[in-house]
Amino acid sequence: MNFLTDFFGDSSHWSGPDGIPVRLLEHLEFSAAAFVVAALIAVPLGMLIGHTGRGALLVVVAANAARALPTLGLLVLVVLLAGVGTVLPVLIPLIVLAVPPILVNTYEGVRGVDADLRDAAYGMGLRGRQVLFQTLTPVALPLILLGLRLAAIQVVSTATVAAFVGLGGLGRFIIDGLATKTYADVIGGAVLVAALALAVQFAFLLLDRVAVSPGVRQVR
Amino acid sequence: MNQEPLVRWDWIARNWANGGPTAISALLENHVVMAFLPVLFGLVVALPLGLACVRWRWLYQPTAALMNVTYSLPSLVLFSIFLSVTGLTRSTVVIPLTFFALAVLIPAVVDGLASVPDPVRQSAVAMGFRPVRRLLRVELPVAVPVVLAGLRVATVSSISLVSVGALIGQGGLGNLFIDGWQRQFYTPIVVGIVLIVLLAVLADGLLVLAQRLLTPWSRARRTA
Repeated sequence: MNFLTDFFGDSSHWSGPDGIPVRLLEHLEFSAAAFVVAALIAVPLGMLIGHTGRGALLVVVAANAARALPTLGLLVLVVLLAGVGTVLPVLIPLIVLAVPPILVNTYEGVRGVDADLRDAAYGMGLRGRQVLFQTLTPVALPLILLGLRLAAIQVVSTATVAAFVGLGGLGRFIIDGLATKTYADVIGGAVLVAALALAVQFAFLLLDRVAVSPGVRQVR
Repeated sequence: MNQEPLVRWDWIARNWANGGPTAISALLENHVVMAFLPVLFGLVVALPLGLACVRWRWLYQPTAALMNVTYSLPSLVLFSIFLSVTGLTRSTVVIPLTFFALAVLIPAVVDGLASVPDPVRQSAVAMGFRPVRRLLRVELPVAVPVVLAGLRVATVSSISLVSVGALIGQGGLGNLFIDGWQRQFYTPIVVGIVLIVLLAVLADGLLVLAQRLLTPWSRARRTA
């Protein structure tokens, strides 16, 4: 445990361009940017595919591909191809890996809504779009949020690995620590990322509590 | 740099089996071992734990919460933490990946056993099956599709996650990514990605095949 006191007790770790606050902010910035772009792509697409039933194959392929694709390989290849030293290319793999969990869960959520409920909504005179937004979306929300949560965790995790290809953020402590065999930094960085991942997880659980209609939660 | 082709076939030919520890075939072998051991260990541990969670329902909530927390931790974080315990060995990758496999497999076992229809269970009891035999002969076979679905997820994730271990020097094919990055050389990276995806597809296909063999009744029902 003296690794931890070495790392967190060192005052130089708390200020400057490679201090913990700056690194944390960087990590949050990249992660948030990638997450927002991924969500903007995947949520509407998943809702559309779930509602119309067209393109379901795409979802299955995306789900499997995302699980099989090695994060590190994708990062290294994209950054090498795009040119080293810029931030934007690093965001591409982050987005690519965040899209599938959102897409799959949104699709499953919308598609899995009880057919009776859907029929009832049509029977009450709602139109296709109204059914989607007023009936299907609230009922599918728990799964949509699950997808967003998995994607957010994925992004935080991939952003850590992305330090290897020159991205800032908390992964720097781990990668640089490994390179210089400063294990206090490795462990300290790992603990910081773990705390961040847990905070994200917790935030989404809270969001689930607040956003999901009580009626829907009871059904589950 | 731009003249560099994406794949240099002669490099692959020269490095496929050059006898050294960095030969592609050696890395592949390493990768397979490091990817499958965690799934195997995970399954061995998840079956009794899952059964315990079904038998004593109060166990499930805390177990699921713990697994949820584990699953949210980035692999690199767990590798780094275990690095200080197990050093630069395969265990540093295999142990954390076992936890990830467990996080997928325990819920799969619990959901699988919950998926056994009550009438089926009651029929088994009425036919005189004792609990242990009922579990082995009726409940587990019926749970196979759900458990195997979890096993597929765990296997494919494990195969892809091993490569992150390259950052701590134990990554099987992931070492090709590091090599390619350091030399600004595409071929090893492409070879690594392609082999890992192929390995994942192959393993997934074998598990689907296993499911067909283990649950012949589900196919009979579909064709009927």
